[in-house]
Amino acid sequence: MFQPNDYDIPNADIAWCPGCGNFGIMRALKTALAQLNLSPQNVVIVSGIGQAAKMPQYVKAHMFNGLHGRSLPAAVAIKMANPELVVIAESGDGCSYGEGGNHFIHTIRKNPDITNIVHNNQIYGLTKGQASPTTMRGQITTLQIDGVYVDPFNPIAVAVALDASFVARTFSGYLDLTVEIFKQAIQHKGYALVDVFQPCVSFNKLNTYEWYKENTYILPDSYDPTDRVQAFRIATETKKFALGVIYKNPSKPVFEEQLIAYKTNKTPIAYRGLIA
Amino acid sequence: MEKKKEISVVLSGAAGQGIQTVEEILVRVIKDSDLYVFATKEYMSRIRGGNNSTTLRISCEPVHANIDRIDLLVVLNENAIDRLRWRMNDSTIVLGEEKFVRNEPNHVIIDFSKIAESFGNRIYANSVATGVLAGIMNLNVEALKKNIEEHFSTRSKEIIGANVSAALKGYEIGRSLNLKLELTRCEEVKHKRLLSGSKAVALGAVAAGCNFVSSYPMSPSTVVFTELAKMAKSHGILVEQAEDEIAAANMVIAAWYAGARGLVTTSGGGFALMCEAISLAGMIETPIVVHLGQRPGPATGLPTRTEQADLNLVLYAGHGEFPRVVYAPGSIEEAYELTARAFNVADKFQIPVFILTDQYLLDSYYLVDQLPEVSIERHIVKTNQNYRRYEITEDGISPRGIPGYGDGLVRVDSDEHDEFGHITESASVRKMMVEKRLKKFKRIVEESLTPRFFGSENYELLLVSWGSTFLIVREALRSLGNDKIAHLHFPQVYPVPPTAKRFFEKAKKIIFIEQNATGQFANLIKQTFCMDTSNRILKYDGFPYSVEQVLRAVREKLEVE
Ligand SMILES: Cc1ncc(C[n+]2csc(CCOP(=O)(O)OP(=O)(O)O)c2C)c(N)n1
Ligand code: SF4
Repeated sequence: MFQPNDYDIPNADIAWCPGCGNFGIMRALKTALAQLNLSPQNVVIVSGIGQAAKMPQYVKAHMFNGLHGRSLPAAVAIKMANPELVVIAESGDGCSYGEGGNHFIHTIRKNPDITNIVHNNQIYGLTKGQASPTTMRGQITTLQIDGVYVDPFNPIAVAVALDASFVARTFSGYLDLTVEIFKQAIQHKGYALVDVFQPCVSFNKLNTYEWYKENTYILPDSYDPTDRVQAFRIATETKKFALGVIYKNPSKPVFEEQLIAYKTNKTPIAYRGLIA
Repeated sequence: MEKKKEISVVLSGAAGQGIQTVEEILVRVIKDSDLYVFATKEYMSRIRGGNNSTTLRISCEPVHANIDRIDLLVVLNENAIDRLRWRMNDSTIVLGEEKFVRNEPNHVIIDFSKIAESFGNRIYANSVATGVLAGIMNLNVEALKKNIEEHFSTRSKEIIGANVSAALKGYEIGRSLNLKLELTRCEEVKHKRLLSGSKAVALGAVAAGCNFVSSYPMSPSTVVFTELAKMAKSHGILVEQAEDEIAAANMVIAAWYAGARGLVTTSGGGFALMCEAISLAGMIETPIVVHLGQRPGPATGLPTRTEQADLNLVLYAGHGEFPRVVYAPGSIEEAYELTARAFNVADKFQIPVFILTDQYLLDSYYLVDQLPEVSIERHIVKTNQNYRRYEITEDGISPRGIPGYGDGLVRVDSDEHDEFGHITESASVRKMMVEKRLKKFKRIVEESLTPRFFGSENYELLLVSWGSTFLIVREALRSLGNDKIAHLHFPQVYPVPPTAKRFFEKAKKIIFIEQNATGQFANLIKQTFCMDTSNRILKYDGFPYSVEQVLRAVREKLEVE
């Protein structure tokens, strides 16, 4: 069995601020990979650019640290070329929902078997505190000096509206919940979105650890994630934000399984001609 | 009967009137009648109306280039003659319905629709026209039947039958006109195949093991995409229409990272969106092959027309400094060979490689010989536990592993990185990595393609072409038959092959011919060899050069002397 520290990169110079929510997400990810007993040689972590996007720098696995906003197209292509790999696309909210917004929409439509972890700190961290697509109305930032005056993007509602096959939200302060959701997301056959509330202690003085604790609740065991109408209602709540698996559609066809090139020959394209 | 050497037939009508169908069937009938054919088309960016035309050169000798001259003009709508008047001469025969052609001195009235109606439907007019042309040129009637049947093979028996009957009626009419447009047959044509520029690019890619294509439709590059899609099953190709060009290029790079051999096919406007991804490929040293079918810009420009104005774009695309290679096929054969080569070179040096074509080359076709076999050179290593993706080596090329093949981890990073692929801000590592990436340039230059020289060794004037003007210039200079004038064609435009220098040094005078307004290649040569390249023939109206136009331009240049 793998242990979480089997995924450590020795002597990694971690560029996150002390106390940042990213540490909780990293711990949860390594724990989930270990509990699923996935060897580093079998996992590819794809990311964009940002503080969150540095995650694969610190996790022992294959790494494709590409361009800002472009983690999803890269992740989809890697899964297409080699469906045997476990592919995780991981980035911040700006990267995933702003710069990469079009890819977010269309990757959901495709439904490839990848896991999309979004570190949602509701701010731009690496570029020092501008509003992100999920920053709340009225919040004052270094650039929005009079407060944000547009509505925040609601990734959960968009994902449910697009009938994403797995939609979850968690909070990096809750390790066990996050590990459990990561495990489910990785095991889910199809596209899995996990939006993770992540306090940015340096630039977001509004959405703090305390704030997230007060403004979220965990969905009860009795909650049925396959009820899309109910999921949409939960997704659009603004008083308190639900944590847990909000929506699931297990019957959607998986993208790469429908590709013509795999209809008669299941060998990954990547290996054809290489391994006899 | 008097036999001609070559006939030039132009079909002209509105979009949606089916000239394309006539063209598609007729070229096959011509080939099956043991004659050479070259076809090229020009069309408006619309689905109905306007006026489009196709030029067919039919000959008993190989034909490869665009000409202006029209021997026989088939007119299907009212503005056809006005648009093509400048290409007509005293002996041009105009054929069509009375209302379109009656004012022309050499006209033949044929009411295609009326004849078609006698077989039950006006829509068989295309088949009548095909038959008339086949009859005029005394083409093989069995070939006519066979190709009509094949073209309509997915339709009902009645429809196939009606089209065949309509074509045979047309054939009979064509024969009876006695226009004396007949050619000597050529047995060797049996061993050749019809190929378009688009299909040649697609076949070149497949021959070199392309198994991944992701793109976003944009004229004139889309046909390459659809041709590859048709081969997805037979050749195991992953085909994805991405949500935009940004996704397409990032996908292809990531596909190479994962072990596939990927292509994007696009045009200038689409490629503009891919520039950041090209820079990513440069940084993570992952191959990418880009086919860029040029059309006139800036912006949307002339969507269905031709130009060679995106050389600067691909030369400088992507921020930062990293090596690349740019090919510019001048013929359909080169489109095949250079596309195939692009995959092997991209794989070997782990760089972006470009194939620059244009609407003219992609939409033209002629008969080619058997295509050469291509070796699929894959430079992938099985990794071990200590694998370092960016291991420093003598020539700058680090062995490339892929995830899941071996025990190592393949870690690539668009940030500056160390040998393991880990983000770094160390000045010394930065310097070493920049040098490592640029070091590859040496071998890339060593393996560059020498330009192709045509002419006698005692030339004084050198005419320089790159890309699709090649065969037009070639024919023009051949017909000029002046051994003081030679021709130098560049299939590889970047890096400029150092071997080019001696050809320039020998010439008393050098003229560059390009299909753009600023002479982008001449500028590149000037920059490379610090020589005078100010003598230029340039065209930028969106229409391809013709043999006649090149001849005229060269003569004008000679008179200036
Ligand atoms: C094309 C491009 N535009 C802008 C940037 C600069 N940039 C880097 S990260 C970032 C935003 C980061 O915010 P987010 O994605 O939320 O991640 P965080 O740093 O908060 O984890 C921006 C704008 C870039 N690298 N590339
Ligand atoms: S800037 Fe914010 S998100 Fe980035 S590491 Fe620091 S605390 Fe975390």
